[in-house]
Amino acid sequence: MTEMPAAQLRPSRANALGSGSTIGALPFLVLLLVGVLFPLFGGGYWGVIATRACVYWVLVSGLNLVVGFAGQIAIGWVALLTLGAYTTSILTAGNVMPAFPPYLALAIAAVVGAVFGLIIGLPALRLRTFYFAITTLGFATIVTQVALAWQSVTGGGVGVPGPIFPEPFSSQWGFYYFCFGLAAICTWMTANVAASRFGRALTAIRDAEVAAEASGISKPALLRTVFLFSGTVAAVAGGLFAALQSYITPDAFTLDLSILFFIAILIGGRGSILGPLLGTILLTVLPEFAAPLVAWSTFLYAVLLLVIVLAIPGGIAEILDFKNRRPLESDRAIIPRPDLLARLLGAPANAGALTLEQVALSFGGVHAIEDLDLEIRPGQVHGLIGPNGSGKTTTLNVISGYYAQQRGAVRLNGAALPVFDRHQRAQMRIARTFQTPRIVGSASVLQNVMIGGTIDGEGTFVESLLSLSRHRRDEVMLRDTATLALAAVGLERLAPVRADRLQHSELRFTEIARALMLRPAFLLLDEPAAGLSAEEIRRLGALLLAIAQAGTGVLLVEHHADLIFDICHHVTVLNLGKMLAAGTPAEIRSHREVVNAYLGG
Amino acid sequence: MVESIVLSGVAIGCIYGLIGVTYNVMFSASRVFSFTAGTLGMLGGVLGSLFIVRMGMPVVVGFLLVLAVGVLFGIVTEIVAVRPVLKSLDQHLYVLSTLALALMVQQFTAIEWGTESRPFPRLFDIARGRFDQQFWLPMLACAAVIVSLELLYRHTLIGRAFLAIAEDTYAARALGLPERSLRMASYALAGVIGALAGFAGGEMLLAFFGNAPLLTFYGFVPVALGGMGNNRGSVVAGLLLGLFQQTANFLVGGIFASVAVFTVFIIVLLARPEGLAGAALQRRV
Repeated sequence: MTEMPAAQLRPSRANALGSGSTIGALPFLVLLLVGVLFPLFGGGYWGVIATRACVYWVLVSGLNLVVGFAGQIAIGWVALLTLGAYTTSILTAGNVMPAFPPYLALAIAAVVGAVFGLIIGLPALRLRTFYFAITTLGFATIVTQVALAWQSVTGGGVGVPGPIFPEPFSSQWGFYYFCFGLAAICTWMTANVAASRFGRALTAIRDAEVAAEASGISKPALLRTVFLFSGTVAAVAGGLFAALQSYITPDAFTLDLSILFFIAILIGGRGSILGPLLGTILLTVLPEFAAPLVAWSTFLYAVLLLVIVLAIPGGIAEILDFKNRRPLESDRAIIPRPDLLARLLGAPANAGALTLEQVALSFGGVHAIEDLDLEIRPGQVHGLIGPNGSGKTTTLNVISGYYAQQRGAVRLNGAALPVFDRHQRAQMRIARTFQTPRIVGSASVLQNVMIGGTIDGEGTFVESLLSLSRHRRDEVMLRDTATLALAAVGLERLAPVRADRLQHSELRFTEIARALMLRPAFLLLDEPAAGLSAEEIRRLGALLLAIAQAGTGVLLVEHHADLIFDICHHVTVLNLGKMLAAGTPAEIRSHREVVNAYLGG
Repeated sequence: MVESIVLSGVAIGCIYGLIGVTYNVMFSASRVFSFTAGTLGMLGGVLGSLFIVRMGMPVVVGFLLVLAVGVLFGIVTEIVAVRPVLKSLDQHLYVLSTLALALMVQQFTAIEWGTESRPFPRLFDIARGRFDQQFWLPMLACAAVIVSLELLYRHTLIGRAFLAIAEDTYAARALGLPERSLRMASYALAGVIGALAGFAGGEMLLAFFGNAPLLTFYGFVPVALGGMGNNRGSVVAGLLLGLFQQTANFLVGGIFASVAVFTVFIIVLLARPEGLAGAALQRRV
């Protein structure tokens, strides 16, 4: 893939990058400059506020990946701040064991934070949203209670002194620069992740979980990594917080603080780095301007949260997104370029077939599919038709691992496919689209397509965090391939546009482009022509035929009989879960029962 | 000692169970878990103390007013925090909107009522000891709610309409049921139950703003373990939770008892995410 010459498509790449690198970095550089120069014009008390904003942001930057990107409603993150603060303080105070130097204590706190971040996060892998929210809330209450009760270690209600970092960070401004430096590093690292395949995979988990799975993204593995990172920075923030407070008691870690972190992200906007950064600064500074309102600050945060959720769910980031307010051309046509497919898909992979043998599945008493035999051969289009409720989508879901068949087997090149192993299907180069397009609406079209190539990246999460060379190579490769895929389906001009601004037909082609990113050996399409105009259906047909000619086996679930008979090499007809007929389009067209049951006439 | 553990365990378990029922009644009507369930319980205690102790109202008047505020808060929840986000149920915005509303009420209470626990009035000055009202009031409230709900669901038209909405909202709407009014009625009903729970448990929990997050958490445990929308499951799980908590309280002390409850809760949920009595939901692609 990487050696593929894509020079002629480069111009649109620069276009797609537009906000990401040049203009996008500007606000961060301004903030960096303001932060560095701050001691010149900020007074003593404002120094404390600025330091506090930096400390909060260290935590929020990590939490942002959990809440803003992965969409996990983690309310009680103050628990990790508490843990980090107490670990650092107790280790440096030496009231339990010999005193540690502050940096070592901070590093140990980071490890403790990583472990507990993972523990708090674990329920998110299995539980529904509200359950997870409640468990984080429960955790936050309990950590404070333990801090209060475990007097021999934490000092109970009396508390412990916070750590003091040695020269040059012991003075007020020295400590400010220490926190500011860490905040800047966290910004840089999370921005790297946001722009990486991991960041895109997180948004896919948030907004289109089934599409993420079909693209080979393992939600548990990715979330575990993110919880580890988020826990680490949260605990580091805790250590800094303890140093800033100079003395900590359980009272310092109220749930209000947790709400502040959480709301900063939502005010900022989900899936953004700049938005939550501004949100954190705003919420830290705001109470200072209105001293009489300090008691009401949490109440006002709550009001703000309600307003954001009901009125501007996109937050600050959406307000700042000027680029996507420009109107799109109204008369835009999708003109696929099948000639690009050979370059995109490369040489056909091994020539095995995907077969279903006597597959049966019933839901309760309803036989969704019964004794179904099907063979999808590379290089051919296999049509699967039948009335609504005849088991077409169910068949597709069995192949892609969403349902487990009760009898029979699904085999790839003779080897049985494991059931319920959804995200492994992508490794086997089985790609699919969905009846209702599953798209990350807030991401650009290009980013959506890049999600499809997630498993082809080689860099690890840490490499992305630090923007090492493998990460950068992955990004170039994915961007080039996605640009090519978009050109192949005829959407390259829409690459930088937010996906939720697209028309329905464009979303269908976007899904196909995303599926092509896998260089699929088999492509399963669930009613791709639904909602398309006659002209678009014709172009879709030509595109699918070209995909098959490039060596991919295509399974086409469809209602448009014309499309099926035009491009399929083989057709299977289902009725009430049973196979009614199978054969070439010509045989099916003249099959008496099929005509009676389905085609009419 | 065993007697007092059982008595206080069952009593507090009844309160948790009732908050669980509050969650359920709202959930059945809207598929929404609302953070306001615990807030309702908190309000029951605080307002009871406000009306009867501070404002000196007769017990009956104070009690009815508490229930009226519960109804009002339930309806406000539905209008402000639930209805606007129902369109996009899969985005889980309700978690945030109901959280925001719950926090607003909680903070308002903290500022206007104060952050310390205040006493809740003794409603009847009769028996003390094992027959103390702080034990039997929650039990009575719990029994009354369960019996009334059974009667409502089984023997009245509106109760059957509630069940229809809970079973299949679309089908119910297609049958011409006034879904929106029924949802509002459910939230009003939940308001009554939540406020009643807080009022009946007022003497145990005291009039304290911090009861809101506590009840939100401990009231959700029976829902998660007893199965969503299952009222009897909630009450049984609530009783078990109360007994477990009080036993742990006695054995290892208050704070580590909550750690124990939390740990058990997480472990059970990780092992059986659908709850002890619930069935797994089939996901749809």
